[in-house]
This record gives sequence, C-alpha cells and structure tokens, in this order.
Amino acid sequence: MSRYSIFSLARNAMSHHQNWERAWRSPEPKKRYDAIIVGGGGHGLATAYYLAKEHGMRNIAVLEKGWIGGGNTGRNTTIVRSNYLWDEATHLYEKSMKLWEGLSQDLNYNVMFSQRGVYNLGHTLQDMRDIQRRVNANRLNGVDGEVVHAAELQTRIPHLNCSPDSRYPVLGASFQARGGTARHDAVAWGFARGADRYGVDIIQNCEVTGFRRENGKILGVDTSQGYIESPKVGVVTAGSSSVLAEMAGLSLPLESHPLQAFVSEPIKPVLDTVVMSNAVHGYISQSDKGDLVIGAGIDSYTGYGQRGSFSTIEHTMTAIMELFPIFSRVRMNRQWGGIVDTCPDACPIISKTDIKGLYFNCGWGTGGFKATPGSGWVFAHTVAKDQAHELNAAFSLDRFASGALIDEHGAAGVAH
Amino acid sequence: MLLIECPYCGTRDESEFSYGGEAHNARPADPDALTDEQWADYIFYRQNPKGLHRELWNHSSGCRRWFNAIRDTVSYKFQCVYKIEDPRPELAEANTTISAGEKS
Repeated sequence: MSRYSIFSLARNAMSHHQNWERAWRSPEPKKRYDAIIVGGGGHGLATAYYLAKEHGMRNIAVLEKGWIGGGNTGRNTTIVRSNYLWDEATHLYEKSMKLWEGLSQDLNYNVMFSQRGVYNLGHTLQDMRDIQRRVNANRLNGVDGEVVHAAELQTRIPHLNCSPDSRYPVLGASFQARGGTARHDAVAWGFARGADRYGVDIIQNCEVTGFRRENGKILGVDTSQGYIESPKVGVVTAGSSSVLAEMAGLSLPLESHPLQAFVSEPIKPVLDTVVMSNAVHGYISQSDKGDLVIGAGIDSYTGYGQRGSFSTIEHTMTAIMELFPIFSRVRMNRQWGGIVDTCPDACPIISKTDIKGLYFNCGWGTGGFKATPGSGWVFAHTVAKDQAHELNAAFSLDRFASGALIDEHGAAGVAH
Repeated sequence: MLLIECPYCGTRDESEFSYGGEAHNARPADPDALTDEQWADYIFYRQNPKGLHRELWNHSSGCRRWFNAIRDTVSYKFQCVYKIEDPRPELAEANTTISAGEKS
C-alpha cells in the first residue's frame, strides 16, 4: 500500500483522483487468528494497530458489528486533554496525549489533531480551589496546566460571559495548552488503515453472538459470519460491554447511558479553543468546518437507544447560553446520542478476566475519545503479554472488590 | 421527553422525575457475613440489561415519592409502574425493536 504524500497527491491528481486505492481491505474472515479484537471503534482499531506495530503480531482480526467508527468514535465531541487528578489516571491519559502529538506522522494519516487548548471553568470558590489542586497535581506529574483568573480569561475568550452579574459567575479556569481536538472519523480511519498495512483483517458487519470456552480458557467467538477460533479475544465495545460480558458469563460494574451531542450550523470563526464547565455543565468548541460542537451530561436513565431525551437537550442549551449569550440565535443542525459505559469511579477497566485469553477494555464512560491511542497501546500490551502494563495495572477489574478505586468524577467533564 | 406515570399523581413530564437506578437491590441482611466480592457486587455491580429493566424513579418535583417501573432500555418505553410495596409484576416479552414512528 502506498504512503500518502505530496507525491501521491500529485500522481493521483493526474487521474482526477479517480484511482486512489482503498484505505483498507475488506477481507473474508479466516478460520483462525492469533488475536481477535471485538469492536471496530477507535479503541479497538488502535489496539489492533499497536498489537501489530509494538508486539509483532500479524494474524489479527477486528470484528465490527456495524461499520468502523460508527459508534461512540463518530459520536463524541472530539476533545483531547490529559489533566486528570490522580497519578494513575494522569499517567494513562498523558501517555495518550504523547501518542496524539505524533499520531498523524506515525499513522501517515492526518487526524487533524489541533492543540488549541482546553479551559475548565470554575464558578465557585470551591471550584477554584479544586482547579488549583488539580493544576498543581498535573504539574507534579509533568502535565502542563495553568490557573487563569476571570479578568485574564475574558481577554483570552472575548465572547465568554465573565460578568459578575451572571447567575453562576465565572471566577476562573484551569487551562491545558496541549489539549485540543482531533477529527474523530479520521482517528478511526487512520488506525484502520495503519492496522491494515500490517495485515490486520478488519471485518465489518460481523456481530459476535457468543464466546466458546473450555476449562476456563477462551477458544474463539461465534459470529454472524461463522465461528472464528482464537486463543486471545479482546473486547472493546463501550456501551455494549455488559451485553458481551453476559455472553461470556461475566458481569461488569458498568451502566450504559445515552450521551447526546450537537453541532450547529457552520458560522465564521468565533471560538478558537475548547471551553468546558462542570458546574453549569456544558462544553463547546468550534470545528474546522465552523460548526459549534456541543455536549453536556448523560441522560440520567440507563439506555441502549443511541438517542436521549429533550429535557437533556434543553439543559445543554441553557448551559451554553449561560456561558456564551452571543450564540443565542445560532441554530442547531444535528443532534445525536451514543451509549456510554459509565463506571462507578469514572475510570476505565482495562483488564484480564477470570477466563484465560479474554480481556476487556471498557468503562471509559463519557471521556474515552481523548484516550484512544493510549487505550489501544496499553490494551495491546495486556493482550499480547497476558499481563497489564504498569500504566493500566491499577485499572483492573478487581479494584472494585479491593476498594482501590481511582475517583476521577471531579476531572471527568461529564457528571454521572 | 418521556411521559412517566407516577402511581400517585398520574402521568407527568420526565423533567419532574429523578432516576434512581436498578430496583430491588436490597441491602444485605447480614453485612458482617459478606466477603469483599459480595460487597462489591452489592455496591458496584448492576444488571445493565439491554431490554426490560426494573428500576426506581422518584417524582422529585411532584409528590417526592419513590416507585418502581419496568422500562425497555432500547425503546425506552415503560411497560408498567408499581409501588414499592406492590408485588413485582412479571416481565413481559422485551420489545427491543423500535418502530419507525418512535425514532427521535
């Protein structure tokens, strides 16, 4: 497969861009693989890519029920940051951030990673104390962070309502300059193309319907395209993780909720950074196309419907209006929902299970997109070595019995 | 917006209600006898089914009383509501397909 470059662009221009080769193959599933990844979202494709690249495995399949990147990878608000509070989470997300910083070059695919910075607003004195604590913790862990007070914030984001007369006045913010956004679809496509170049089979429209196991060991998976044998199966299915776990006779401490997002009609450049507020509960950025990309909290009830309630839409818009009164007459273009697998401590589960050869990577809840490369990187290590990497050792399933939770509810952008 | 039937007040908008999670998750009768795994199961593990789900709702902006409901987690349609003290109704056949008119 040829590399994308200025030369390939010029060569294909000669034939009016009619002869670009497909970015990945569409193979028939083989009878047997050395490893199977269930779920062709960003995390699953990244896992397959790093299994091939870092661990030299070539005989790998990614099985996707629908089309790749059609789940939460294509449904999030594309925010990337690594300013979590606790050491374990910070190191995991920071690993991901470092991978993001070289990802387009590594994949030879432009994921449009834009380090435009991320602001997390504080609206109360306690918010500001928490922000200071988190920024300090980040700096001690080698992650960039800065506390910005309201007057300075107003000059940096002119349209943000920092008036002391607002109902929940903005007192300041934490700022991570290396944070930003990435093009979500490109992340899935880039990892798919990268994995395919190493010979990974990406099999779409292939639903896993059961796990075969014997003497506590995984043998393979039953799928809508027949039985496929494999000694290692990694499951990366976000909101559907509980359903897959039940097929394998396991249970997970997860609850699946709808999380909605919105884009407005495209407008001229007005917001050159990412603004998030936990207190009024909304987050907003502007895409390269000009649409405002907006999200807020999960719908409170559990659900697998990939859509949510109008009351949550109303709540989201109220929050955005509170922060940016200038957007009051911008119309929303599209609205959608994804199913997020929320975990009791707002941290993921990247773990072996009681069944040898069966691994789960789930529980990313509302904040998985930013972790896509890092999640794939540590999960590939876990699957290849049958042992957690030191970065994800703390994120094992047994922490719920041992009590060693990593409580990141404060640093998660979405309350749940 | 869901319309939810409060067994005390009748049908109201979803925005009047708060969700309370899985129903019938009773506190262990003999807490001292539990292992760490059993405690984890009680505190953290939920069924999270794709289909019919027995769950708690609170009419928080109304009569403020708790009640149970059976709801389909795919179509979001309520099968029934019942009071805390009522016997548990049987789960009907889960209807996890969404008819065209119900798509939002």
